[in-house]
Amino acid sequence: MAQIRIENVRKDFGAFNAVKSSTFTIEDGEFFMLLGPSGCGKTTTLRMMAGLELPTSGEIFIDGEEVGQKPASQRDIAFVFQMFALYPHMNVGKNISYPLISQGMPKAQVKAKVAEIAEILGISDILNRPVGGLSGGDRQRVALGRAIVRDPKAFLMDEPLGALDAEFRERMSEELRALHDRMGATTVYVTHDQLEAMQMGDKIVVMNHGVIEQFGVPQEIYDWPATKFVAEFIGSPPMNFLEFNGTVGTGAEHVQLGEARIAIPRQLGGESGALTLGVRPEHVYLNDAAPYRGEVVATEYLGTTQIVTLKTEHGQIKARIPSNVIVKEGERTGLDLDARTLSLFDATTGHALRSEANQEVLNHG
Amino acid sequence: MSFSVTEPSARTKWFAGLLVVGYAIVTLIPLLWIIATGFKSPADSIAYPPVVVFEPTLEGYVNLFTDRTRATEGMLEEAGPPTTWYEEIVRERGTVITGPSRYGERFLNSVIIGFGSTALCMLLGTMAAYAFSRFRVPLKDDLLFFILSTRMMPPIAVAIPIFLMFRSLGLNDTHLGMILLYTAVNLSLSVWLLKGFIDEIPIEYEEAALIDGYTRFQAFYKVVLPQAATGIASTAIFCLIFAWNEYAFAVLLTSGNAQTAPPFIPTIIGVAGKDWPAVAAGATIFLVPVMVFTILLRKHLLRGITFGAVRK
Repeated sequence: MAQIRIENVRKDFGAFNAVKSSTFTIEDGEFFMLLGPSGCGKTTTLRMMAGLELPTSGEIFIDGEEVGQKPASQRDIAFVFQMFALYPHMNVGKNISYPLISQGMPKAQVKAKVAEIAEILGISDILNRPVGGLSGGDRQRVALGRAIVRDPKAFLMDEPLGALDAEFRERMSEELRALHDRMGATTVYVTHDQLEAMQMGDKIVVMNHGVIEQFGVPQEIYDWPATKFVAEFIGSPPMNFLEFNGTVGTGAEHVQLGEARIAIPRQLGGESGALTLGVRPEHVYLNDAAPYRGEVVATEYLGTTQIVTLKTEHGQIKARIPSNVIVKEGERTGLDLDARTLSLFDATTGHALRSEANQEVLNHG
Repeated sequence: MSFSVTEPSARTKWFAGLLVVGYAIVTLIPLLWIIATGFKSPADSIAYPPVVVFEPTLEGYVNLFTDRTRATEGMLEEAGPPTTWYEEIVRERGTVITGPSRYGERFLNSVIIGFGSTALCMLLGTMAAYAFSRFRVPLKDDLLFFILSTRMMPPIAVAIPIFLMFRSLGLNDTHLGMILLYTAVNLSLSVWLLKGFIDEIPIEYEEAALIDGYTRFQAFYKVVLPQAATGIASTAIFCLIFAWNEYAFAVLLTSGNAQTAPPFIPTIIGVAGKDWPAVAAGATIFLVPVMVFTILLRKHLLRGITFGAVRK
């Protein structure tokens, strides 16, 4: 098992720049998520770790060894493809044993190893079946079997649950996480699904347009997004943005939104001009006495909670409140925003402004 | 009554079946006629109205494989009574066998040249198609168009330049020359067909093999080739049929050494009268290898014809 370090890695496809100078470290044994919308460079980054693409510049270290320009076959990593890529002309057992055969392992040993892996994954009974007729979940297990069978330095997974239907996804994501915990192997997992990333990952890198937007543990990223992109990409519904023009000075603890004075975490730098106040829906409370006003536009019932959409003079805002509160469309009400959780962004660059609350997160993001 | 929009009705199926059977009969009659003629006597073969029921004889086959001469009394006495069944057949016509005909070696030439060029074509074709399908080849589209363009005129249009080239290179009337020529003619079709098949094979299979510790060539050989088997088989049939049946180049470029069966068969039309049964026998035997090859690979052939129509 191994640490993976990416240093100033860049990838160009002709004139198109897929990944711009990325640097981050995946610690030994971590379940690491590469998260971003499609086309953000996350899969390219993963493929560079695997050796399926060679970086245009920069270095990739696996277990301390620089492998950036080495072919995939010499890196000793395993890769799980989105469409599984099981060899269609081989049965389940052959598929799992294929990486061992390339190493020239004796037949008896291969057989024992395959049996052991099949036992772990619960697929012992289908070893002789062709891969063609397998269910999505079983294909996934076979693909995992092929990956874990030779104890590689790391597992790289490219949206491995993307091809499964919702019901299987849930089960397989639990199985995957359990398997990871059992094996303790470094795992890099690419996904565009923020829920999956937060649910499974020890750490997350959020990428957009080939750039790393933020790096950290799920809760830090959720609570203290480094950019407006991250704030919007993570969370469902995403973080609310209230756009306003104003000035915040160093040490400021309030912002002025129209008539209302809203408390914010103590600011560490000053900024003026177009600003954005970010607030998660669960930190918006309906309070008729509050000075900041909004008009209810719509409500969505979600069982234990409901999402109330309100129109304010600084844009739409969604509040997640208990579903037993009765809210009527067209009603005007006051809004309380939980001061400890608010983020301020520079609206032009999209970067979060430093405050006492988020400085620690931003320092290592 | 319930009905389905995709399942044809019983009447439609019956009608379709009738159509197929009818078509099969129409296409099979000439074939059956050739096979039957091979077993007719010369008289039956040119009888008018044509005879359908006749007494079969192997005379045509004996004539195909032997050279004969009209025998004089002295020759017959010298040779003594016939010792084999085929000598007996020949004697009835007042001729004796002077030796084997050249049909055997012409047939063998056809096998060597036909299968040789098909094999070479597949070898070069798969590799070229793989490269075009997977690698960033400079000027890829232009090269592919250029390859296709070699197919835009009938090959025989360049017969004279090829004849002159072959003469300078000493390839006239050689097996190698004919193999190279048929390979060159077929290669454009093979590259295009095979590229289509290889394009359909997801690249992830090879990537999985690369990750599993195989080299690119091993990945090509162990993972791509088995997947492309259908495409290779159907392309091979197309190539073999062309090389096997080719007549014009064979007439022009071969005579003694490397002559294939197609230009030889017409020369059987005999010294004494037209020996149609021998010609038919030659044609029948000539049909067999391609028929066997095609029947063996027929599943692939069907898929080859409709390839690309349905994406799996």
